[in-house]
Amino acid sequence: MANDDRVGSRDVEPKGFLAKTLMKLYVPSVLSGMKKTMEYMIRPKATLQYPEVKRVTRKGYRGEHRLKQDEQGRMKCVACFMCQTACPAECIEITAGPSPWPDRDKAPVQFRIDMMKCIYCGMCEEACPCDAIELTETYTQVSTSREEKIYDINRLLSN
Amino acid sequence: MAMQRPTRLPMEVEEQTEGDLGSKRMIVNFGPQHPATHGTLRAIMELEGEIIRSMDLEIGYLHSGFEKISEHRTYNQTVTVSDRMNYLSPLCNNVGLSCAIEKMMGITVTPRCAAIRVVLYELSRVADHILSVGLQAMDLGAFSVMLWAFIEREKLYDIFEAVTGARLTTSYTRVGGVMRDVPADFIPMVKAFIDAGRKTTREMEGMLNTNRIFVDRCKGVNWISKEDAISYGLTGPMLRACGVPHDLRRLQPYLGYEKLKFDVITEPGGDVWARYRVRVREIYESLDIIEQVLADFPEGPVNVDMPEVIIPTKTALNNPGGGMEGLIYHFKNYMFGHGMKPAAGEVYMGTEAPNGELGYFLVSDGTQKPWRWRVRGPSFYNYQAFPQMCLGQSLSDVVSGLSSLNIIAGELDR
Repeated sequence: MANDDRVGSRDVEPKGFLAKTLMKLYVPSVLSGMKKTMEYMIRPKATLQYPEVKRVTRKGYRGEHRLKQDEQGRMKCVACFMCQTACPAECIEITAGPSPWPDRDKAPVQFRIDMMKCIYCGMCEEACPCDAIELTETYTQVSTSREEKIYDINRLLSN
Repeated sequence: MAMQRPTRLPMEVEEQTEGDLGSKRMIVNFGPQHPATHGTLRAIMELEGEIIRSMDLEIGYLHSGFEKISEHRTYNQTVTVSDRMNYLSPLCNNVGLSCAIEKMMGITVTPRCAAIRVVLYELSRVADHILSVGLQAMDLGAFSVMLWAFIEREKLYDIFEAVTGARLTTSYTRVGGVMRDVPADFIPMVKAFIDAGRKTTREMEGMLNTNRIFVDRCKGVNWISKEDAISYGLTGPMLRACGVPHDLRRLQPYLGYEKLKFDVITEPGGDVWARYRVRVREIYESLDIIEQVLADFPEGPVNVDMPEVIIPTKTALNNPGGGMEGLIYHFKNYMFGHGMKPAAGEVYMGTEAPNGELGYFLVSDGTQKPWRWRVRGPSFYNYQAFPQMCLGQSLSDVVSGLSSLNIIAGELDR
């Protein structure tokens, strides 16, 4: 799929006395540079005015975690420790306890994710056999202390 | 270009007394914190006036222990480490690592997976080269070119985000496949980028090729001979800029590169200008490769049908009819002592990353975790030839030369 109009396929040295002199004079380069700058001035902006305009992430973006709940409002997690094992950053800490519901044995008493250790690789979501944890599209995380960055079970359920 | 190979003089500090400034040699530190080092690198130079007479390099300022961390991770988990090494083209690291583990285990990926990997690999190469050229121009004073390059790179990162879910820390590949299939609008998205990328590259080229300042500061600067380049172990654009047609995609094809038509770009110069030309021409070549792959993009499964390596899909897992076996494999994949275990042995797999040969050397002792996880980062080999290139050159050419090496400090120190 040869593209003959590309500059790269030609010899880029200017040929002839006139072209060489013009290049040495530097004036044509300045003019063409100014032309390009003007062109870019009227093009649509590539930047966003961030706090006012927020970028919309694609579906499937790997942001903050969420613990999912089923139709009856019970959390789906059965404390199988699979996400904790799969996590390469070792940021998940689960404490299991007996489940209050009859259809499962265990449920997490505490489920902590250290968001400062987390590398947002999505391996916990992949490893979960119950589809109980997922990564949301939230990418802004603001907190004023280190303690706030350790998300507990309530924070993760309400995400 | 008739250039003499400069000889390296021993570095010695002479005491400088007031009154004879300029007659004695002077030691100048370049870096570790310098805007033009693009990372934390340090070069100690001995100057005679403005001419560099000897140069010593010091590395290790960005040592992160990636290799050691990886020895404590399972094979699939190490992919998260790999994409933090070369932060200009993380997907190349991901693909290279997965290919190495697959070679170790004798797995052949599906055609669709190979096609996805090739497209992402070449897109990463474009992202790396386009930014590298932009930074090279920025170091020589043309700031706008870098911003145009950044706009293109943002478009590429949007594609990476749509495919992998992250812009930089992609962690996309898995042993025997990829994390997830590409989105439905992947092909139109990449095609739109190809057109825009060609246009911007042509614009950048048009601005730089006839720019006298840029040309004068590139031609004949940081020259290295073909023989020196080979003996220093240079690879990639650095070696091809010396006129050596060395490209692992052609010499040791992987992921179906043997079926694709592309030229191995070489330039005879061996200087900064030749490296710039090689990079720019490779952008077009990569875009051509992507077009070829997209024209015949295979359908079918993305992951190999090996439940002991790839976890079963969630739908199979939740299906009560055939779910139990899937569930067992799913648990076995993650449980300690039960997961994927390559047979004891070692493997080396080199891929043609944007900077040169990116090789992974893995040693397995038959457990879930690699016994040794070593990376041959091209930046390290490219950087060690830097003093040879700089000898006899003026101080201002160090900046131009360093940006042409495209050193990634994360990969250099690992």
